[in-house]
Amino acid sequence: MKNLKYLLLRRTTQIGLMFLYFAANAYGWNILAGTFGTSYIFGVIPLADPYTTLQVLATGFVLATDVLLGAAIITMFYFVVGGRAFCSWVCPINMVTDLANWLRRKLDLDKEEVNYRFLKRSARYWIMVLGIIVSALIGVAAFEVVSPITIMQRGIVFGFGMGGAVVLAIFLFDLFGVKNGWCGHLCPLGAAYSVIGSKSLIRVKHDHEACTNCMDCKVVCPENQVLHMVNKESISVTDGECTNCGRCVDVCNDNALGFGIRSFGSSVLKTEEKAETK
Amino acid sequence: MSLNRRDFLKNSAAVAAAGAVGIAVPQEAQAAATQAESKWRWDKAACRFCGVGCGIMLATKEGRIVAVKGDPAAPVNRGLNCIKGYFNAKIMYGADRLKMPLLRMNDKGEFDKKGKFKPVSWERAFDEMEVHIKKALKHAGPEGVGVFASGQYTVMEGYAAQKMMKAGFRSNAIDPNARHCMASAVVGFYQTFGIDEPSGCYDDIELTDTIISWGANMAEMHPILWSRVSDRKLSNPDKVKIVNLSTYTHRTSDIADIEIIFSPNTDLALWNYVAREIVMRDEKEKIIDWDFVKQHMIFAAGPVNIGYGMRREGEKSLTPVNKDGSAGKYSALEMEIIKKEMATKVSEKEGPSLEPYGYKAGDEMKHTAGTLKHWEISFEDYKKSLEPYTLEYTAKVAKGDPNESIEDFKKKLQALADLYIEQNRKVVSFWTMGMNQHTRGTWVNTLAYNVHFLLNKQAKPGNGAFSLTGQPSACGTAREVGTFCHRLPADMMVKNPKHRKITEKGWNVPNGTINPVGNQHIMKIHRDIEDGVIKFAWVNVCNPYQDTASATHWIKAAREMDNFIVTSDGYPGISAKVSDLVLPTAMIYEKWGAYGNAERRTQHWRQQVLPVGDAMSDTWQWIELSKRFTVADLWGESVLRNGKKLPNIIKDAAKMGYTKDTTMYDILFANKRAKSYKLNDKFPQAGYDDTESRGDSRNVIGSDGKPWKGYGFMIHEYLFEEYADFGRGHAHDLAPFEVYHKVRGLKWPVVDGKETQWRFNVKYDPYAAKAAKESGATDFAFYGTLAKKLAQGDLKGIKDKNKKSLKNKAKIYARPYMDPPEMPDKEYDYWLCTGRVLEHWHSGTMTMRVPELFRAVPEALCYMHPKDAKDKGFKQGGLIWVDSRRGKVKARVETRGRNRVPQGLVYVPWFDEKVFINKVCLDATCPMSKQTDFKKCAVKLYKA
Amino acid sequence: MADNNHSNGRRNFMATTVQSVGLAALGGMLWSGYTDSVKASPLVLRPPGALKEEDFLTACIKCGLCAEACVNRDTNVDKETGLQRPGTLQMAKGGDSVLIGTPYFIPTEVPCYMCEEIPCVPVCPSGALDMSSLLNEKEELDINKATMGLAVVHKESCIAFWGIQCDACYRACPLMDVAITLEYQKNDRTGKHAFLLPIVQDHACTGCGLCEIACVTEEPAIFVLPNDIAKGKAGDHYVKGWDAKDQERVADAKGQETMTELSKKAADDYLNTEVEY
Repeated sequence: MKNLKYLLLRRTTQIGLMFLYFAANAYGWNILAGTFGTSYIFGVIPLADPYTTLQVLATGFVLATDVLLGAAIITMFYFVVGGRAFCSWVCPINMVTDLANWLRRKLDLDKEEVNYRFLKRSARYWIMVLGIIVSALIGVAAFEVVSPITIMQRGIVFGFGMGGAVVLAIFLFDLFGVKNGWCGHLCPLGAAYSVIGSKSLIRVKHDHEACTNCMDCKVVCPENQVLHMVNKESISVTDGECTNCGRCVDVCNDNALGFGIRSFGSSVLKTEEKAETK
Repeated sequence: MSLNRRDFLKNSAAVAAAGAVGIAVPQEAQAAATQAESKWRWDKAACRFCGVGCGIMLATKEGRIVAVKGDPAAPVNRGLNCIKGYFNAKIMYGADRLKMPLLRMNDKGEFDKKGKFKPVSWERAFDEMEVHIKKALKHAGPEGVGVFASGQYTVMEGYAAQKMMKAGFRSNAIDPNARHCMASAVVGFYQTFGIDEPSGCYDDIELTDTIISWGANMAEMHPILWSRVSDRKLSNPDKVKIVNLSTYTHRTSDIADIEIIFSPNTDLALWNYVAREIVMRDEKEKIIDWDFVKQHMIFAAGPVNIGYGMRREGEKSLTPVNKDGSAGKYSALEMEIIKKEMATKVSEKEGPSLEPYGYKAGDEMKHTAGTLKHWEISFEDYKKSLEPYTLEYTAKVAKGDPNESIEDFKKKLQALADLYIEQNRKVVSFWTMGMNQHTRGTWVNTLAYNVHFLLNKQAKPGNGAFSLTGQPSACGTAREVGTFCHRLPADMMVKNPKHRKITEKGWNVPNGTINPVGNQHIMKIHRDIEDGVIKFAWVNVCNPYQDTASATHWIKAAREMDNFIVTSDGYPGISAKVSDLVLPTAMIYEKWGAYGNAERRTQHWRQQVLPVGDAMSDTWQWIELSKRFTVADLWGESVLRNGKKLPNIIKDAAKMGYTKDTTMYDILFANKRAKSYKLNDKFPQAGYDDTESRGDSRNVIGSDGKPWKGYGFMIHEYLFEEYADFGRGHAHDLAPFEVYHKVRGLKWPVVDGKETQWRFNVKYDPYAAKAAKESGATDFAFYGTLAKKLAQGDLKGIKDKNKKSLKNKAKIYARPYMDPPEMPDKEYDYWLCTGRVLEHWHSGTMTMRVPELFRAVPEALCYMHPKDAKDKGFKQGGLIWVDSRRGKVKARVETRGRNRVPQGLVYVPWFDEKVFINKVCLDATCPMSKQTDFKKCAVKLYKA
Repeated sequence: MADNNHSNGRRNFMATTVQSVGLAALGGMLWSGYTDSVKASPLVLRPPGALKEEDFLTACIKCGLCAEACVNRDTNVDKETGLQRPGTLQMAKGGDSVLIGTPYFIPTEVPCYMCEEIPCVPVCPSGALDMSSLLNEKEELDINKATMGLAVVHKESCIAFWGIQCDACYRACPLMDVAITLEYQKNDRTGKHAFLLPIVQDHACTGCGLCEIACVTEEPAIFVLPNDIAKGKAGDHYVKGWDAKDQERVADAKGQETMTELSKKAADDYLNTEVEY
């Protein structure tokens, strides 16, 4: 049987959070209200999306302290748990792009990622910066105008309207267009979280000894460039682009991959600790 | 010549405008208008809503009413309408119009009280009605068959219904919803004038200097008249004064010079205060027109311990009396109030006012059932009755806004009295439900005339106390036709043997046909159903299960007891819902009809379109029902509740040529006279449908299972003319049927083709002129004939039983302030007042189906003072319970907007069946008029 | 990338960089253009206390907390079911012609009921809904201070101007007699039925839209427009001589140089230009 532990955990978290957001509007629950832009836990602890906050600040508007505090809390949180944990554990678009990816595998579409000349994985960083510049120029948080993430989240909370089309477009783009097109290449929010999480504590660690070089992990990984160490050396995945999704951990039948803490590591990976800390 | 749309509009407007002011229209423009409108047929009619009686024009195209316009030629409204009138074209086309008779049935297709409504044929519907009427007659005689009638009946419908009830079934248990609306005004007219209906007319508005509104919100309930009042104010803002007296601030205060907010029921004290000012200041200031008063007035008094028109002990539903205080079907809480029907303790407030009548605060007052009895007293006695109403006392009991200073209030009262008294100042007093829906409604109506009489400011152009009616034909049908339990056409009474005889003769039925006991007024019909006496009731053109106070009792009685309730309606409302049989009924412009408004103006219209579905008119339903009953079925002997017998008149009938098997149809409706009204192709019949007389293209399968082909004679003209004959020559003269189709209504009495603007005034009223000749007066004659011989006495009772005639005189009454039976206390700490809103008509069955009106006011709100709301922790828009001893409803709090109530009072309109406020209201009535007091009861409020 | 030629590699790198920058510029322009066009939705009504539209668009973080507070206020329940009714505030969706994710309302769908406690405003985390603009003299939140828009009467379709006794808007106004007043005028045509005309008072109208939904004409003859659209502006060089307060209106008046087609030319240019008369 395939191991689905992390997948199930992630889906539970994603759906659970989305439900809490939904219920805040639909039933007036106070557990988690608002949307990614800003939300409150129990009406008290503010949470705010750092990239959105940055865009608004770029427009020159002096945000109220709640948002700044919220953005700081979120930044701290992902700084610890791995920035792109947002992408795989919270973001609802992840479910859409995962579905596209899964279908791609099932339909045998373009198994290998094509390396487009102008659509490199680095494009998202350009877009991230561009988003800030456009925000400053036009005076509106620019990514928020097009962000399929918040469109989808608000769709879930308040109803989709024509916004559903954007979500569908992302799905089709990822299915028939570029593999891992949105999350892996374009999403500036993911890029921002990559930056935030580049030094995070919670990391996937690889045990070269145990690895049988089946490469299942690379097939399943949406950011497989981060797994460059597989079957090469026993080190942590240090790249900020890793989403801490645990897909690789789930598919690995050899116990060669697992979560751990960056500095002191887990017992399986003792041998590599030195190399890591260098 | 071709006209574009703009030209067309311009021309139509020109023609309409010209019609208004009576300018001749150039031929070319006239032709152009007709051509452009050629596919449209315009015809005149009367507005469906309210007692103002605006004239409208309806456009019909391809069998549907497509548009409405105010009739520029109508003197009442000159082409204008209010927003309800604006939607006349839409009211008949709601998506849920009733189109088939519906009967509660079981799976076997049998009638089943617990069954669901399923469509049946008209034939089956009448079969069921026949069976259940016969059952009810067998059970309780004529008193066992009841009809909820209406002030929205057309004249002909009301006449047909009352004829079949009173001559056919020999039952007087027919009473209109108008009982809830202006019965107190009627008894006030009878008591004061001896004849019903206002002496003045709307022209008073343009002629007066002062408009004083007592318990009326003309701005919302009589909008077109209000625009006339507003115009009058504009024309001379300094001279013309407007006073609004009410228990809360509403839109009629908008342009008022003085607003007097009084505590509920204390209008009695206010009127007496004004009268006291007149009488006490007279010596010095010579205020009273003594010549007028001595020549035309007498003073009168009646008993004061007359109860509050509630159920009395011993009635079936009040037995047995239980230890916990409950009695029969009434809870202990309800009995707390009902008890007062038998006895009350004179309150501190009542003490001074009842002192001249021999009571003082703390006394027990034993009440007898309401009575119209009264006797003549001296002016000195009348003066004595006024003594308590000093400014001090009146202000103390009457101040309605706790936040107003007593000094300010006193100043206003003085100003009010001064306006009435001011010499050469013309004054009109208007009132509606505030004074009529009142446990002393008759009293307060008579008190209004007192003031005007003392000042000789009545029945003169620009001067007079004027009762405005609520419904479009409360006057024309309910009152003039006499669809009340105690009345016959043209002010005749069932109690009066002479009147019965005249009526029987007019109807060509045997002597002794008409039942002399007419006491089953609308509350009594409900109570008789609850007591199990009435087992068949028929709802016509009204919604009695929504519009009656203590509603839960009547609904329970209808649904849970062994009886058969039928509702005829255009739309399904609460009454239809609690019925056993629902009959789809033609609505206003789907039949020929006539209405009479509050200024005695009779207006006719023709059938504009065919009814929707299989709907048929009330007239047709009544006449078809009459086919099911023969002389033998109805005219045998029967015993009434009071032990009296209605004689067997079958033999007398035989002498008149009616056999045992002659149907009521042949006697009452298809008789020789009826058949003399021929169908023809002349005006006004030509070109117009007449479903009842001619049948129509729908070929509805009728009461006999065959396609309906019509009666073959002009039934509407027959009904109208036969009815009108009762009033002609008796100061109720109506013009011929045909004339009404040419004019924009006429104010009766119509003598020698001329209408009458001011009755009792020799200058304007030919009847007054005639009577004055006899009496030797030169100015007035109050020629009404009811109760014009009185015994003599003082405030406490009759002293000399010998009756003296007071022919051609009117009466000024001594009537004290008294408390209503239920007032706020510790537990139920708020006054509840109910009423209407401009956007909706009565129970909303029509207007709540017009999308624009529904959108404008989708629900009834509970208006309350912002401070009260704050103190109770209620939020604007929040839901609360309005809870009385009888029931509770959930409503939204409104602390802003059109009605601003004082602290301690809430106002909830009753149009919304989802805020069923009549579950909360108390069914106490004026014991004389039997009109329910919907304006006062005590409630508590708490968060829902 | 496996390049064997160094200078070739550098040239490639340079080219790629230039192209990337170019593409980014193109993307940025398209993105800016799109953003600029979608933010231009001047016909939108914002929640109470919203900053001026331009600033509001900047400040709103699109979190939806205001809309959630609106729909979940305790007075917003259905009388019979006790369930939530639709709220006034909607969050703009794709296709709404309003900047996506921002709160707005459409009076004919659900007007603003002007809740006394104004639940939608204090929850705003970003300051896009400015609480201080809604404080009265007593420093309490006061919904009557809101300026969401301005009701405008279209006289030709308003049946009150025809003489119909309507004034449904007037009665529906939560600030009856303050924000909408009646003007009484004589009706010369009938000679006896005054016109009762609804007049919106600019200084008091909050733009709640209760009049618009109450209007009984097929399309409302009274409707709320955003203040910028609904209002004109008289010049600040003139003060109403009969209104002592009017000077406040022109507090920022400056004596500015004027120029017209005629005065464009300098005086000497004009004088020195030869003209044949």
